[in-house]
Amino acid sequence: MSERKLPMAEPGDGAPPPPVEVEVSSFRLVGTLTVAGAIAGLAIVLIFQWAQPRIEAYQAMVLRQAITEVLGGPERYETVFLDSDGAFKANPVADTTGLDRIYVGYNQADDPVGVAVVGAEAGFQDVIRLIFGYDPGTGNVLGMKVLESKETPGLGDKIEKDSTFIREFQEVATLIQGVKRGRESGADEEVIMITGATISSKAIIDIINHRVAALRDPIDSYWSSPAVMTTGGGS
Amino acid sequence: MGDLLWILVSAMLVNNFTLVLFLGLCPFMGVSGRVSTAIRMGAANIFVLTITSMTASFLNAFVLPYAPYLRLISFIVVIASLVQIVETVIKKVSPTLFRELGIFLPLITTNCAILGLAIFQTNRGYDFVEGLFFAVGGGLGLTLALVLMASIREQTELADVPAMARGMGLVLILAGSLSLAFMGFAGLFSS
Amino acid sequence: MRATTPQQDLLRGIWRENPVLVQLLGLCPALAVTNTVANSLAMGLATFFVLLGSSILVSTFKTWIPKQVRISAYILIIATFVTIADLVLNALVPEIHKALGAFIALIVVNCMILGRQEAFASKRPVPRAILDAVGTGTGFLVALTMIGGFREVLGYGTFLGYPVFGSSFEPWIIMILPAGGFFTLGFLLLGFAWWEERKKERIRPRRWIHGVTHEVGGTV
Repeated sequence: MSERKLPMAEPGDGAPPPPVEVEVSSFRLVGTLTVAGAIAGLAIVLIFQWAQPRIEAYQAMVLRQAITEVLGGPERYETVFLDSDGAFKANPVADTTGLDRIYVGYNQADDPVGVAVVGAEAGFQDVIRLIFGYDPGTGNVLGMKVLESKETPGLGDKIEKDSTFIREFQEVATLIQGVKRGRESGADEEVIMITGATISSKAIIDIINHRVAALRDPIDSYWSSPAVMTTGGGS
Repeated sequence: MGDLLWILVSAMLVNNFTLVLFLGLCPFMGVSGRVSTAIRMGAANIFVLTITSMTASFLNAFVLPYAPYLRLISFIVVIASLVQIVETVIKKVSPTLFRELGIFLPLITTNCAILGLAIFQTNRGYDFVEGLFFAVGGGLGLTLALVLMASIREQTELADVPAMARGMGLVLILAGSLSLAFMGFAGLFSS
Repeated sequence: MRATTPQQDLLRGIWRENPVLVQLLGLCPALAVTNTVANSLAMGLATFFVLLGSSILVSTFKTWIPKQVRISAYILIIATFVTIADLVLNALVPEIHKALGAFIALIVVNCMILGRQEAFASKRPVPRAILDAVGTGTGFLVALTMIGGFREVLGYGTFLGYPVFGSSFEPWIIMILPAGGFFTLGFLLLGFAWWEERKKERIRPRRWIHGVTHEVGGTV
C-alpha cells in the first residue's frame, strides 16, 4: 500500500480523512474483523470462566451477610419463589431468574426464625434498595439493611450510617408509622425518622410497608404450610 | 404510568445525564457559545439515544442472555454502526443539515452518554418502554444542560473574565454551579 | 511527522501533554469516580491496563489492519480489554467494582485511548507505543489521583481511608457531590493557568533586558 501521511486525528477534528485508494478487497476487510472478533471472543470467554465463580461466590456471601443481619443470625436460609399463582414454592419452574423471592431463615434447631424480603423504590435522589427481616408469627419487622442507595452524602446517606435509625427497625410492628423526632408516642409501630432526611427515611418505611402489604398473605400461607417445619409458629 | 413519568423526569432533571451522572461531557465542554448549535447537537443526541435504547433492549432480551460477557462489545459495535448509518442517511436526506452538524456526528460515537445509557439501562433492568422513557428523558436533560451552558457562555463572551480563568477553567466552574442548581430538583417525586 | 526521542514519548504524556489536565480528554471518568482516592487509583490503573494492552496489540498488528476498518478494529481491541478489566475487577475487588460501576465499561469511549491508537500506536513500532502508553496512562493516573485527593481530603477528611484532619474537621460535603468534581477540576485548571501566567511574567523582563527575543516555553 502506498505510504500516505494521514492527518493526526485530534479529538474534535471531525473532518473526514482524505480518501484512501481502495486497494484492499472487502473480503480482507471482513476477514480481518472476523478473525479479530473471534480472538477477542475467545479471550473474553476464558477470563469469564475464571472470573464468574468468584463473582457469584462474593454475591452469595453478601446476600448471606445481609440476611444474617436482618434476621438476627440464622444458621441457614432457603430461597422460595413466588409462583405465578401467587404462592411461594421452593422449586416452581426451572428458570427462576424473573420471579419474586423471599429468604426463609432457620436456626440451629431447624426452626424457622423469619423471612427476609428485598424491596426497592425511589428515594430522594435515586432508587433505594434494602432488605428487611419479617416475622410472620408476630407481624413484626426484625431488622433492616440498606443494600444500595445514592442519597445525598451527609444527609440522606444517614439511612445507611445512622445506627440509631437502623436499630429502630428491630422489632417494630407493621405497618410502620414514621414520626418526626419529638412527636413520638412510643407506640409499637413507630419509627423516628432522621432529622434533615425525612424523605429518605420515609422512603425506607414506605418500601417496607409496601412489600409487607403485597406479600403478607402469601407469606402467611407459606409460613403455616407443612413446607416450613414449624413447631408452634415462629419466634 | 407514575413509574414511567418518574423515570423520564429523573433522567432529565434529578439525575441529569450531564450534570449529575457525568455522561456526555465531551460535547458539553466543547460546545461553543452558540445556543443554536447546542440545540442541534442535543437533538442529534436525543435521536441516537432513542435508537440505541431500543437496540439495547432488543439485544438484552434476545441475544445477550446467552453471552452476557459480550455485552460491551456488542453495544459498542451497534453504536458505531448506528452513527455511521445515521450519518449516511442524513447526508442523503438533507445535505444542508449534514453540513451544519458536520463535526458532531462522528463525535457522537465516543460520546459516553450513548454507551452510558445502554449500560445504565441494562444495569437497572428497564424493559423496552422504560428504556425509551429513560433515553428521551436523558436526551432532553443533556440538551437542557448544553443549551444552558451555551447561553451562559454567550453572555460571558462579553464579560470581563480574568485571563487565567478564560477557557476550560471557567466552563468547569460554571458547570459546577449548574450542577449545584440541579440538586434542587431532588425530591421532586417524594410520596 | 517530527521524530521524537523515546524519552519524550514517555514523559510528555505525564505532565506537559497530560490527557486530562491539558488535553481535557476522558473527563467523564475523571469527574465521576474521583470522590475517593481509592476509586481514582482503581480507575486510573484499569485505564492504564486497557491503554497499554491495546497500544501493544494495535502496534503489533498495524500492518494487518486495513485502513478502512481501523477504527472499528481499534474499538474492538479496546472493548475486549475493557471487558477483561471489568471481569477481573469484579472478581478480585468487588467493592471497588461496585463503586466504579458503569464507568469501567465507559473506558471504551474514553477519547484518550482511541486517540492514542489513531495518532501514535498505529504508526510506531511496539517499544515506542509501549512508552507512549505508559506515559499517557501515568499522566491519567496522576491527574485522577490529584482530583481524588482533593475531593476525599476536603469532602471526607480522609486520605485512602485514613483520617487526615482530626475529629473537629467539618467535611466539605460539596466535594463529594457531582458539583465538587466540576469545581475541583476547574480550580485545578485555574491554578495551572495562573502559574503559567506568572511564569511568563517572570521571563518577560529578562527577555527585554538582554534585548534578545527568544520563544517563551518552547514546545518539545
